[in-house]
Amino acid sequence: MSLNVKKSRYDLFWKSTYFVIIGVGILLLWYATKEVEYVWRWYRVPQYFIADVEVNVRAEIEGEVARIERSGETVRITVEGRSGEKETYPAPAGEVRVYEGDFIFPGDILAVYEETRPGILLQGLWLTLKVSFIAIAFGILIGLLGGLARVSRNPCLRWLSITYIEFIRGSPLLVQIYLWYFVFGTIINNLLAEMGFSPISSLWYGVASLAIFAGAYVAEIVRAGIQSIHRGQTEAARSLGMNYIQSMTHVILPQAMRRILPPLAGQFISLIKDSSLLGIIAIRELTKATREVVTTSLQPYELWFVCAVLYLILTFSLSMFVQYLERRTLI
Amino acid sequence: MIDVRNLSKTFLAPHEVRALHNINTSIEAAEVVVVIGPSGSGKSTFIRCLNHLETPDEGGHIYIDGKDVLDSKTDINKVRAEVGMVFQSFNLFPHKTVLENVALAQRVVRKRPKAQAREKAMALLNKVGIGDKASSYPDQLSGGQQQRVAIARALAMDPKVMLFDEPTSALDPEMIGEVLEAMKTLAKEGMTMVVVTHEMGFAREVADRVIFMDQGAIVEEGPPEHFFTTPDHERTKLFLSQIL
Ligand SMILES: Nc1ncnc2c1ncn2[C@@H]1O[C@H](COP(=O)(O)OP(=O)(O)OP(=O)(O)O)[C@@H](O)[C@H]1O
Ligand SMILES: [Mg+2]
Repeated sequence: MSLNVKKSRYDLFWKSTYFVIIGVGILLLWYATKEVEYVWRWYRVPQYFIADVEVNVRAEIEGEVARIERSGETVRITVEGRSGEKETYPAPAGEVRVYEGDFIFPGDILAVYEETRPGILLQGLWLTLKVSFIAIAFGILIGLLGGLARVSRNPCLRWLSITYIEFIRGSPLLVQIYLWYFVFGTIINNLLAEMGFSPISSLWYGVASLAIFAGAYVAEIVRAGIQSIHRGQTEAARSLGMNYIQSMTHVILPQAMRRILPPLAGQFISLIKDSSLLGIIAIRELTKATREVVTTSLQPYELWFVCAVLYLILTFSLSMFVQYLERRTLI
Repeated sequence: MIDVRNLSKTFLAPHEVRALHNINTSIEAAEVVVVIGPSGSGKSTFIRCLNHLETPDEGGHIYIDGKDVLDSKTDINKVRAEVGMVFQSFNLFPHKTVLENVALAQRVVRKRPKAQAREKAMALLNKVGIGDKASSYPDQLSGGQQQRVAIARALAMDPKVMLFDEPTSALDPEMIGEVLEAMKTLAKEGMTMVVVTHEMGFAREVADRVIFMDQGAIVEEGPPEHFFTTPDHERTKLFLSQIL
């Protein structure tokens, strides 16, 4: 009993110490930035998430403004051309820049309104999410096939899988991205051009490099998961007359899945973070978007912190999701 | 029903072991054959060769119900579906309920509709006396109960032959009886059975024939009355004196 009381007193002490350390850390950073005369301007950050953009409604023909009808939130501006043809331009009620009877030329501004659009950071976040999601989906597929080939008795499949895994794990992701974009990308796009197809965008080479990179690690995780299942399980399944595929899908993989999930989560968290490298091949994901915003806004401190926190939100959500899956597969 | 010709098995790794040495024997339909012998004599290897869980050396032949088990043209999965196997360590599927364990292969291999497979599974579980555990998971069951589920799982395929590899060796003594009881019932119903066991009482009572193996070969075989009372070979006498 007395032991417990003692323990909880120290407990409180260490918990307070934790918060003191964090608080002092933040204070020190703040003072340090004061010293270098950095002015924090957090209010400038939101505009990169959601921005109000001016949109101009322009005339496409030459003629006279025949009618301006307002109905509630919208305006309809009708322009009548020389030869009597009519064009109607709908716009949200903003500033109408013309009057009935005005003579206008193509390209003249008829009305101006403000539209709320996602800012660069939000676009970058979305792209990171999209790239990661597609790469994870393909990474799972490649990793599953690679892992199965890795434990296969067929030497061709097994060696192919080993070659793939060793090659991918043996070189830096950055180099692989360059290879995909500048070497394979150029070759493939040239071939496509010769055959009269349009080129594949750099986004897909980025996705390919990430998926194939992650696939190699997933293959090893899958292999370890399958091999961790006792041999007796395969024997029981096979002795009942199940073939290889049936025993894999009904007996081995469902059990392996439970052990595969935690390391798989770690792998995909890495993948999300690694997607930040794709900026180098002109994919404007979150990191590249942040870099661009930093050069225009000159508020690097706030923006890099925001960038880090956004990654944290993505990776944390993923790990929460996987924990939920783990609980569901538990019996 | 089962015909074994010149069956040999050599393990190469980790070092060369001749686990089986030129085995020849036949097992009739509805016959119950008990295989006994000292540890390492090749009993498991023998029984595992019968459904091709182990691949024997070239030159041997195993025919089950007329089909050449070792021929690469034989669909081994079809043969295995007709040959039930019960393991020492149960090997139930831990991620499936007891009922699903018994229904799974019926659905996947026999392609029976779900309702029919479950109905059959339930009937078999009742038969081995654990119908009330149908929705439990294997690790919530005692060893004896798990082994009875394993028997029901094998029976669900309507096998022509049942192989048992020391089905009671991993069980606490008080649970051995319930498993042997289920096996006796099966024997009485006319199932063809090959049983590796150290339960001499079971061998005496249920076996039609006892096979004694030592160092990968069949030393002696015969009806239990003869085998246990007046064995022909010195090696058999020695073994029996050690265990009885
Ligand atoms: N997978 C294997 N790899 C290598 N050697 C093996 C393997 N399985 C069995 N052996 C060897 O083959 C011989 C026969 O083994 P087996 O398991 O058939 O004996 P057993 O009669 O079943 O023994 P026990 O009563 O202990 O179960 C032994 O010497 C064993 O070491
Ligand atoms: Mg054995």
